[in-house]
Amino acid sequence: MTTQVLQKPIDLPISPRLAKNVRRHVLERVIEFILMLAALSAVATTIAIVVILLYESLSFFEHVSIIDFLTDTQWTPLFEDAHYGILPLVSGTLTTSAIALGVAIPLGTIGAIYLSEFASHRTREIVKPILELLVGVPTVVFGYFALLFVTPLLQMIFPELPGFNMLGPGIVMGIMIIPYISSVAEDAMRAVPMSMREGSYAMGATRFQTAVRVVTPAAISGIIAAYILGISRAVGETMVVALAAGQQPNLTFNPMESAATITAYIVQVAMGDLPHGSIGYQSIFAAGLVLMLMTLVFNILGHITRKKFRETY
Amino acid sequence: MTTQASVLANLAEVRAMIRRHKRNDFIFSIIGLLALMVGLLTLLILFVDLVSDGYQRFNLEFLSNYPSRRAGNAGLLSAWVGSLLVMLVTFFSAVPMGVAAGVYLEEYAPKNWFSDLIEINVTNLAGVPSIVYGLLALSLFVYGLGLGESILTAGLTLGLLILPIVIVATRESIRGIPVAIREAAYAVGATKWQVVFHHVLHYSSGGILTGIIIGMARALGETAPIITIGALTFIAFLPPSPITEAAPFINFEWLSSGFTVLPIQMFNWLSRPDHAFHINAAATGALIIVVTLLMNGTAIWLRYRIRKNIKW
Repeated sequence: MTTQVLQKPIDLPISPRLAKNVRRHVLERVIEFILMLAALSAVATTIAIVVILLYESLSFFEHVSIIDFLTDTQWTPLFEDAHYGILPLVSGTLTTSAIALGVAIPLGTIGAIYLSEFASHRTREIVKPILELLVGVPTVVFGYFALLFVTPLLQMIFPELPGFNMLGPGIVMGIMIIPYISSVAEDAMRAVPMSMREGSYAMGATRFQTAVRVVTPAAISGIIAAYILGISRAVGETMVVALAAGQQPNLTFNPMESAATITAYIVQVAMGDLPHGSIGYQSIFAAGLVLMLMTLVFNILGHITRKKFRETY
Repeated sequence: MTTQASVLANLAEVRAMIRRHKRNDFIFSIIGLLALMVGLLTLLILFVDLVSDGYQRFNLEFLSNYPSRRAGNAGLLSAWVGSLLVMLVTFFSAVPMGVAAGVYLEEYAPKNWFSDLIEINVTNLAGVPSIVYGLLALSLFVYGLGLGESILTAGLTLGLLILPIVIVATRESIRGIPVAIREAAYAVGATKWQVVFHHVLHYSSGGILTGIIIGMARALGETAPIITIGALTFIAFLPPSPITEAAPFINFEWLSSGFTVLPIQMFNWLSRPDHAFHINAAATGALIIVVTLLMNGTAIWLRYRIRKNIKW
């Protein structure tokens, strides 16, 4: 008799209301799992990029010694007499990036100081969307601009400038990067507590003095982050340099010459439709790996400088 | 007498200094505005330049002709159809993934190292040069998975590229929704998913849409990764139509078709020495710039409207 009573609740079917709850609970778990998979796709992409660059580069380095790769001064993988020295491509990338940053860092920083410390709310509301529009302009169009507008313009000033050169695309890239630098730097400056500015004004400082001697040093870590972002964009930028800087690898830092960058080389090879698995095919992955390593190095350098200058309130 | 004179002289000096500083402030604000205007000015010159170079090709034939060896007859038909189809794939791959990932990170993810890892990853992916996505796709999609140089490959590549944009936009707009909304839904017995789907996503849809539009505009103009996967530049045919006359009315053959897109067509014309093709490139550039500016403009306007209208 007693056992029967004890067993009875177990034999009872689950009430429909509770059953619905169980189903709901399972469904909730399934949904959470699916959403997690979607979020993991970001991690998977990163892993895939690293693995593929390393894997394809490894087969490249089976044919080419790393010492040659880093020291040879010629890059001619598609020629009969093949040389695999990455230096000419690196010099092209660094030169165009340096010109771009020479344009973008001063203008971007001044723009950020203006937006954060000088501009009225109204001006900011007008200027910021315009900057955002500029970010949205496709880079191939800027390539057109560098090749057929800026270079001819520069040729009026420097008649000996060749049709393909690093100066024109460098300047255009710099203008492209200004909005990135100014918007990130402005965010950093606006995050500086108002009390610091008020302290400075109370001492009789002007807006300009406050901006340059109080706000900028306080926000320097964020401003450096903006510069790093700018460097990454410049180093990885493809279409402007592929169109306007030339396709000939050239170990030079002279902006008046033409030189291929790492990205321009990748585009050039990809246009040529090389057979899968050939050394030319593998070489673009080695070039891509160098590109990633360069951005990584700049990011690490930026991280170290930021740590050194970081101010906490 | 002498002290009074020196005080007056001092006062004049101080006044002069204040004037000087005020002038410096004014000069700097002009310089600052000019620095920002460099971008706008460039955009204006660029647009005027494109239109003045390419206006002769602004006609319907330019949109309905295939590319040709003769610049005057060449058109954009295969390019804009290709762009449209690639964007379709990009939309259907990036949007569900990106929104789901954003929802997970904002609403579900526990606060631990694992979530931090995903977060750092998303930030880093946004900074990876676009051409590296092209290399990834070349090795993984074209050869690894055997998808070939197809619309599907291009669409998925651009999907990966804009994924971080969609994720970040989703997260930011979800973050703006007050906890009270969620609590109210929980209070009437909603499950977590119901709270998210019926309320959180509903209220944040405007912000998410903004991110999607910006991402799609980016995908439309992106050239380097598509070149890297080996898109052809001379395409004188259209992919099979996605909609068929007979049942089942939908056809997926176009996914594996060869293609070209607007920016690649422009790049191709631009890299030819013949100036007649440069005119075509200018006209294409004007078209691309108008479409992307319209898309980005819509997104910015939408965000402005949302910010103005919603007061929690």
